[in-house]
Amino acid sequence: MNASFRQLTVVSGKGGTGKTTCLGSFAAIAHDKVLADCDVDAANLYQLLNPTVIDSGDFMGAQIAVRDEQACKRHGECERVCRFDAITVDAVDELACEGCGFCTIVCPEKALHMEQVACGTWYQAKTDYGPLAYARLLPGAESSGRLVTMVRQKAEDIALLQGKQLILIDGAPGIGCVATAAIADVDMALVVTEPSLSGIHDMERVADLIRHFGVPMTVIVNKADINADNTRRIRQYCAQRGVEVLAELPYDESVTAAMAHGVPLVEYQDGPVAQGIRKAWSSIEQMLGV
Amino acid sequence: MSVDPNGQLTIAIAAGKGGTGKTLVATSLAIAIDAHYPGCAQIIDCDVEEPNAHLLMQPELTAQAPVEVLVPEVDLDTCTRCGACARACQFSAIAVIRQAVLTFHGLCAGCGACAYVCPVDAITEVTRRVGTVKSGSAGEIDFVTGTLNVGDQRATPVTKAVKDRIRDDLITILDAPPGTACPMQETVEGSDYCILVTEPTPFGLSNLQDAVETCRRIGVPCGVIINRDGSGNDGVERYCAQEGIEVLLRVPQDRRIAEAYSRGETLVATMPQWRDELATVYYHITDMVAAQATGEGVS
Ligand code: SF4
Ligand code: SF4
Repeated sequence: MNASFRQLTVVSGKGGTGKTTCLGSFAAIAHDKVLADCDVDAANLYQLLNPTVIDSGDFMGAQIAVRDEQACKRHGECERVCRFDAITVDAVDELACEGCGFCTIVCPEKALHMEQVACGTWYQAKTDYGPLAYARLLPGAESSGRLVTMVRQKAEDIALLQGKQLILIDGAPGIGCVATAAIADVDMALVVTEPSLSGIHDMERVADLIRHFGVPMTVIVNKADINADNTRRIRQYCAQRGVEVLAELPYDESVTAAMAHGVPLVEYQDGPVAQGIRKAWSSIEQMLGV
Repeated sequence: MSVDPNGQLTIAIAAGKGGTGKTLVATSLAIAIDAHYPGCAQIIDCDVEEPNAHLLMQPELTAQAPVEVLVPEVDLDTCTRCGACARACQFSAIAVIRQAVLTFHGLCAGCGACAYVCPVDAITEVTRRVGTVKSGSAGEIDFVTGTLNVGDQRATPVTKAVKDRIRDDLITILDAPPGTACPMQETVEGSDYCILVTEPTPFGLSNLQDAVETCRRIGVPCGVIINRDGSGNDGVERYCAQEGIEVLLRVPQDRRIAEAYSRGETLVATMPQWRDELATVYYHITDMVAAQATGEGVS
């Protein structure tokens, strides 16, 4: 936990539950914050916020094996030791290469070395809603927890420099390295879920991950009225674990329309969904003490 | 239809972002294929971080196998603390700190380099379980699903394990993980065709563009299914027209579909008319893949 600012990550487990809708609206409501789009694989928050880039740089990703074809005598040692079927005497499969470097150790001709490849760009930007850190992966590049950590670091730099009290993080779906890197060491993880069987299933899995990191968790149920039984199940699940359900938002097709217009929902309309999000936000402010 | 299922296609269903209806399409497509070619369809859930296909298919899972990786175990009596293993490891998964040798299994790629370089053979590789593959059937549809253990971050071994279950004698549908990062690429790579499911919003469009570029990079032909059609704008349609990417199907925005999905029902169970629509999509893909194969054969 950090003394000078608090951090909130919004995750969904399953995609498409309304995470960006909630976050975009929080961005419009909250004061004195820095935004961090850590859903680096499908970065959407930054698109909603129309950023003006002030600084950017390459993100160097994993290493891959590179061969000096002149020096190679086709011994095939590399092929024999590689456990990822990433190298033969003819070619290196860059996609399959895990970057372990075993081949460089065994090559008797020293014809192989490891090279880092640029796999994306990080950005610091300003938006109408405050400063923003985000990243874009090159299409087909390998995403990684390290890129997420880097975006968070950039956001923290801004927060310290400008004395902001809150970092709002858009987390990634899943429970793998990207999702994990966005959850580690935050002050609260908000799970936006929906009352579908998959929504519940994924919420439970991401909840396990959040618990694994000892992070306090809260929940928003989106489209709560499409399945009353499942919404009840979510409520029960949360009640049993002492997790607060901050809001239940109704199904509303105009949410997609707001997205198509590229504006945060709370600025597009003030219906029940927008009001629910506002209510959730005031609870979050209280809980985080911001 | 002139095309028989002896093509045994593998079709990946992917999406630049989650929640666009990827699993809804994958499961319904498998059911549609099974309806037209009973006993010829297989569905594999490759979204091992958040597997969902079983919720819609309700398969009977009859077999279960662990997914294991190799990790180093150091015999501290033999070890001389020389540090060669730590220098060889690219992932800082093994460290020699004064009198101790620490291993961090979560970071380990299981490459075996440390064991190879150890001059005194102090390192043995032992197996560690990172996930599970379960298989069975949903009706006549062959069903495979993989789960990554919570707390383990490397999905690759589990993705590989489920893909090893692709059966050549069946038409295989792969439900890919969302996004365009490593797990998605590992799933789509080697498929005959990739269906990208998207929604008609600016986000849907930008994620779709990434996914299209990824498919092109790994050399898998792709087409698009627009879900929640009519709910946003026409950006996706215009992009597809410009890029010459075929829109295979449009599924309208419909609260009934969302409600049925929430109950764990597939699209074809709720609205049987989609069965024929999806079968047509399958036939069309078969034709395109066949045409491409002949085209390549000629040139
Ligand atoms: S097996 Fe490879 S990744 Fe694992 S500790 Fe040894 S050198 Fe490092
Ligand atoms: S290489 Fe072998 S002997 Fe040297 S520190 Fe590692 S385990 Fe010990």
